[in-house]
Amino acid sequence: MILLTRKAEFSAAHYYWNASWSEEENQRVFGKCANRQGHGHNYTLEVTVAGEVDPVTGFVVDLKQLKDILEREVISVYDHRHLNLEVPEFMPPRSAVPTTENIAVAVWNRLDGKIPNAKLHRVRVYEMPDLFADYYGERA
Amino acid sequence: MHPHAKAHLSRRYHFVASHRLHVDALSPELNRTTYGKCNNPYGHGHNYTVQITLSGSIDPNTGMVTNLADLDAFAARELLEPFDHANLNTLGCFRDLVPTTENLAREIWRIFAEYPHATLERVRVEETSNNAFDYFGDGAELHRS
Repeated sequence: MILLTRKAEFSAAHYYWNASWSEEENQRVFGKCANRQGHGHNYTLEVTVAGEVDPVTGFVVDLKQLKDILEREVISVYDHRHLNLEVPEFMPPRSAVPTTENIAVAVWNRLDGKIPNAKLHRVRVYEMPDLFADYYGERA
Repeated sequence: MHPHAKAHLSRRYHFVASHRLHVDALSPELNRTTYGKCNNPYGHGHNYTVQITLSGSIDPNTGMVTNLADLDAFAARELLEPFDHANLNTLGCFRDLVPTTENLAREIWRIFAEYPHATLERVRVEETSNNAFDYFGDGAELHRS
């Protein structure tokens, strides 16, 4: 089995807010991230898939195909968007807080089962070079 | 949205420190042949990067494995305050332990194992951009990714 990792980048705005909490509680827990005007990041996405090498092509997956899937399922939806206002998993009524952890889970859910001949192994999302989240599809 | 998803969060911290690799129990010659340039009696230094990986279920209220503000405050107090701009050989933990990066990784594991809000999975210490050491705790299986 081979693990194959493809990177992609997107830039997006977000803020952290829990609508069931008071303004004070949001400020206390989320600090600067609770600024309702939003702020943004250059995100780097690393998608790792696991599979066997095709004896004819020598590929686990066709990289162009994987790039196109990432573009269609994730980048075209997230890039230069406001996550809280324009991306379904983070908008009302679902309103997941767009933390790095939840973005990793959301990207996993967007990609899982859509990559031919390979199994999604890991989604890594870098919010910045010194902070990233990994999701392996695990449930605690 | 994901009340039971379990994620890993990694945060990187940076500090600078000096050290000298030397073991009193070994002869001067054996220290020199074992540690080479690192045995220079006056010491030398590095820009260290520490990467801490924690796991836990994502709190549905916050979307977080752990609040980064809590983790950063813990790291500032327990890691950066004692280690940054320090001579590692003078620290209590290295009084009787040679401050190789392997031993540094184990000391940093000991520190972050006490972090109360998530489970410590891995400590990586990069001594230079060309070498890095990972520690998963004693008895851990070798991780595959």
